[in-house]
Amino acid sequence: MSNEQLSYYFDGSMAGLLSCVFRAFQFKEFQVQLGLLDGAQHGLFSEVIEVPSHEQYAQRVWSALQKKLSPAALKQIYFASLSESLEAYQHLFNYCIYVFQQPHSIEKDYLHPSVLAISQWTKKVGREKHRMEAFVRFKKTTDGLFLSLVRPDFNVLPLIQPHFKRRYQDQRWLIYDEQRNYGLYYDLQQIHEVCMDAYEMDCNLQKGGSQSFQLELDEQEVLYDQLWKDYFQSINIKERQNIKLHVQYLPKRYWRYLNEKLI
Amino acid sequence: MSDRIREKLQILADAAKYDVSCSSSGSDRKNKDKGLGDASRAGICHSYTEDGRCVSLLKILFSNVCIFDCAYCVSRRSNDVKRAAFTVQEVVDLTINFYRRNYIEGLFLSSGIFKSADYTMERMLQVAKKLRLEENFNGYIHLKTIPGASPELIHEAGLYADRMSINLEMPTEVGLKAFAPEKSHQEVQKDLGLVRDRLIQLKDERQIIKHVPKYVPAGQTTQMVVGAHQETDQDVLFMADRHYKEFKLKRVYFSGYIPINTENNYLPAVGSAPPLLRENRLYQSDWLMRFYGFQVNEIVNERFPHLDLDVDPKLSWALRHPEQFPVDLNRADYHMILRVPGIGVKSAKKIVQARRFGKIHVDLLKQLGVAYSRAQYFIRCEDSPRFQKELSSSFIRQQILTQGSSKYIKPLSPQLSLGF
Repeated sequence: MSNEQLSYYFDGSMAGLLSCVFRAFQFKEFQVQLGLLDGAQHGLFSEVIEVPSHEQYAQRVWSALQKKLSPAALKQIYFASLSESLEAYQHLFNYCIYVFQQPHSIEKDYLHPSVLAISQWTKKVGREKHRMEAFVRFKKTTDGLFLSLVRPDFNVLPLIQPHFKRRYQDQRWLIYDEQRNYGLYYDLQQIHEVCMDAYEMDCNLQKGGSQSFQLELDEQEVLYDQLWKDYFQSINIKERQNIKLHVQYLPKRYWRYLNEKLI
Repeated sequence: MSDRIREKLQILADAAKYDVSCSSSGSDRKNKDKGLGDASRAGICHSYTEDGRCVSLLKILFSNVCIFDCAYCVSRRSNDVKRAAFTVQEVVDLTINFYRRNYIEGLFLSSGIFKSADYTMERMLQVAKKLRLEENFNGYIHLKTIPGASPELIHEAGLYADRMSINLEMPTEVGLKAFAPEKSHQEVQKDLGLVRDRLIQLKDERQIIKHVPKYVPAGQTTQMVVGAHQETDQDVLFMADRHYKEFKLKRVYFSGYIPINTENNYLPAVGSAPPLLRENRLYQSDWLMRFYGFQVNEIVNERFPHLDLDVDPKLSWALRHPEQFPVDLNRADYHMILRVPGIGVKSAKKIVQARRFGKIHVDLLKQLGVAYSRAQYFIRCEDSPRFQKELSSSFIRQQILTQGSSKYIKPLSPQLSLGF
């Protein structure tokens, strides 16, 4: 082998990633640098191969993973993939190679950098999932829709869907990811994935706010919004003021959709 | 109309904030018949106030009118504060509307004792019943048990609440007698016992009868105020330990006393800082007892009745027990790894799992998130030097204190530190 670094470029989807794994075993190419197809920088001395996303190949790899891994490990792979991070994709690729090359289970082999990294990415994405379950704030519109715009760090809408579905079964709701530009809409029966124009829904989006909906709000919305803000102020114990801790738990990037933090 | 409800909420939330219990965890209540809400087992903190405390439930008093005169309480009879009371419907509307907007996990309802214990408990029960039966609300409900309420009411409340609690208030009986002559630990324990016995009874019945009603699925908790009387940390932790064991409590909360009484000369003066650092050390000890396999008398005892404010209780224990260290991470038992300062439950588990695949090196520990600066004095890894000079506890303590920056800024500490 020459010193040339081999690179796979794929579309950033899970199917694309699994297709890369498929190709790796097809051609026995295990030292591979992953890249994304859209406008990423190609290394000067690398051989670049574009790997198309191939549903059947992906499915075969996934079935093989299902045979080798526990449900918990499969869940980790799913979580880490939602980080949409190239670094995580690279670890996922290396992890899959490692899984198939070893005869025994390597799920808990934290001495391997990618096994450890996947568990850490899972934790990060899991934390973001939990934050969204906590920080979504609905506003009620005149026609009874409960609406929330969010901007999570990772693509966690698919992860929070079961939670909100279990919880809010008797009200219509829409949680919209303004950055990834899709949302989950529950119509009292089931959940639909919807695409709308977030900037049309909220005129203040560009300025960093996401609470000035264009839709007409329920007549009681102002009252409950105010009561919540009042409550939030009333339960603070000034003698215990600890802003550092406050910001650590409630990072500023989330304030845009927390009505109690809106100034 | 809206002004009145705003004022009520401000008064009755303000009066409820000294109860530190906030958790919404431990319940397995499910949404039924396409109703509203379900309980998240791990609980969810929906926001955090500027004092860094979590906001999980709508925590309010039903009324702050109280016939008792407990010196440490802001709602005491003799205190000149604005009084208010909700109606049952108002509490229900607030809960439902906050919940629908995903502000909260549910309701935490407490109350001053107006008219009588039974009268108060009955009102609170009405709220819980209305939420469950009329609104089909399946979110979290935490009800305070009103001391002295009749067993029938307490049992019925347990059918609708996810969690119940009743506060010991003071860690010692002497302290309680001094500041709350109308209360006694015995009465609190009687009420805790009522719910505990019912829980055991229903658990037994469940083995025979298929359909047994849900009863306080998230268990019971209590709270003690610390720093108001002259109790030792030993008093506090022994009390907590006893109640964990005897009453199967899910949590014991410690609340650093915030001076709110200008008339009582035996209480800390208004304006003096609450003992936040001590409170933190008590919680750390509580964690050691619940998750790290420590016995209470390993943390505090006759020789060491007070927690060390400068270092955390786990480090403090390690410094007192040099004979237990160093711990060889490649060979030691999980429970011993868990006792190493700087290693938490998650890292300890990962270490034990990873070492089946190879040797544990220092690098891995840092990647796992172990606080290596503390742990280094107590462990051996594969790449630790074979022969190491034995360091004295006082030297290690000094090293850690000078290099480490405590999360708690020193001025918060009410006591001067004596650098032994």
